[in-house]
Amino acid sequence: MSLSAPALAGAVPVIWQAARAGAGRYTARLLRPPFRLAATSFGPMLETIDLECQRGERLLFAALAFTVEAGHCLHVAGENGAGKTSLLRILCGLLAPTHGEVRWDGADIRRLREDYWQTLAYVGHLNGVKDDLTALENVRFAAALAGHPAGEDVARHALSAIGLGGFETSQARFLSQGQRRRIALARLFLARAAKLWILDEPFTALDVRGVAALSTLIGEQLERGGIVVLTTHQEVPLPGRVKRLDLHAKAVHA
Amino acid sequence: MTGTFASVVRRDLLLAARQRSDVANTLLFFLVVVTMVPLGVGPEINTLRTIAPGVVWVAALLAAILSLNRLFAADFADGTLEQMVLSGEPLPVVVLAKALAHWLTTGLPITVMAVLLGVMFDLPRDAIGVLVVSLMLGTPALSLIGAVGAALTLGLRGGGVLITLLVLPLYVPVLIFGAGAVEAVAGGLVPRGQLLLLGALSIGATVLAPWAIAAALRISLE
Repeated sequence: MSLSAPALAGAVPVIWQAARAGAGRYTARLLRPPFRLAATSFGPMLETIDLECQRGERLLFAALAFTVEAGHCLHVAGENGAGKTSLLRILCGLLAPTHGEVRWDGADIRRLREDYWQTLAYVGHLNGVKDDLTALENVRFAAALAGHPAGEDVARHALSAIGLGGFETSQARFLSQGQRRRIALARLFLARAAKLWILDEPFTALDVRGVAALSTLIGEQLERGGIVVLTTHQEVPLPGRVKRLDLHAKAVHA
Repeated sequence: MTGTFASVVRRDLLLAARQRSDVANTLLFFLVVVTMVPLGVGPEINTLRTIAPGVVWVAALLAAILSLNRLFAADFADGTLEQMVLSGEPLPVVVLAKALAHWLTTGLPITVMAVLLGVMFDLPRDAIGVLVVSLMLGTPALSLIGAVGAALTLGLRGGGVLITLLVLPLYVPVLIFGAGAVEAVAGGLVPRGQLLLLGALSIGATVLAPWAIAAALRISLE
């Protein structure tokens, strides 16, 4: 095996260019925060581009494109199995779409990763509530995990605001389904810094007062210039500017 | 970042304190397995002294495997794992905290109990010392490597058996150097090499495993 000198000399510029391209990409990444700050001055924006989701054999939706501007609420509607939860999980970045991308402030969320998740509060089907912890411990841990630790006073306030005053020291296993849901939703009180709320069936198991408290909370988030994406089967009067996305209409069979 | 790390460790320890039976089961299992061996092998003291390090180490591996199922399963079932993935903190930091809590509730008590078992097998005092040091250095690797297997088999049917098949072969180096260190000192050698290698395995696992665990968890959640 021998390498001639000209071949080696020819390889040098190629390697040099590749290295420069790599370094360029790296510096672009380093320089990203200032550019993003410039973009946020217009308010954050969530947009999807040509989104497609396939679960197993079934194509849930394809060519889904929408934008949600700051201060708006997106109500994702559709029958059971239409792909509402899948869409929400894709918007969170928990699920990879089969095609297309989700952009936050113009940048692909799969590239932003932690930067995106810091601005996101997600309440899914599962409450994320530990049976063996008290309501207060659950809320405080959730807040610490989300990166905005809450003192005991703040956590107590959040619990009483969502109607769980007096249950702070009860272990979650002794609470009802609706009360556990409220523990999960108490996170939203502490997640005011999160610009984007993604809520999957947040009204399930809540009583009338719980629904009212949550609606108020959503209204406040929209007034702050935040974005709320939610699904619900209940006819809940949502405050603020609500866009509706009907997944049923988009259902295309492969 | 340190705040999240500390709060995850604190929460897992609190949960372990509230579900004491889970932790106790693992330790009792370790104790019972080791105690069974003299009953099967017979009370010949020299034989027992020879096999003691291997027996204690194998039992430690099995006890670690047994406890792995509960590492992520509960968080997966109740949705806490989703919140961890979306926490805005790097996921490897969170899983490293969980692995540390797992070690504090399994590896550390096993190490402490090994003193008792060393006495039971009538090991010389310096051999007991090396056994404890080897477990102290090696069990973190067990927790971390095991956590990769736990993350990969999360939500699968029959994950319990699969995790054993997946993880046990990866435990082989830890077992060889762990038991080897004690045998070396029993044979009058200095077990420095084995102990250094055990420490290296644990440090290597601390650096690399969290990334593997995080990647496996993301796949399991899809």
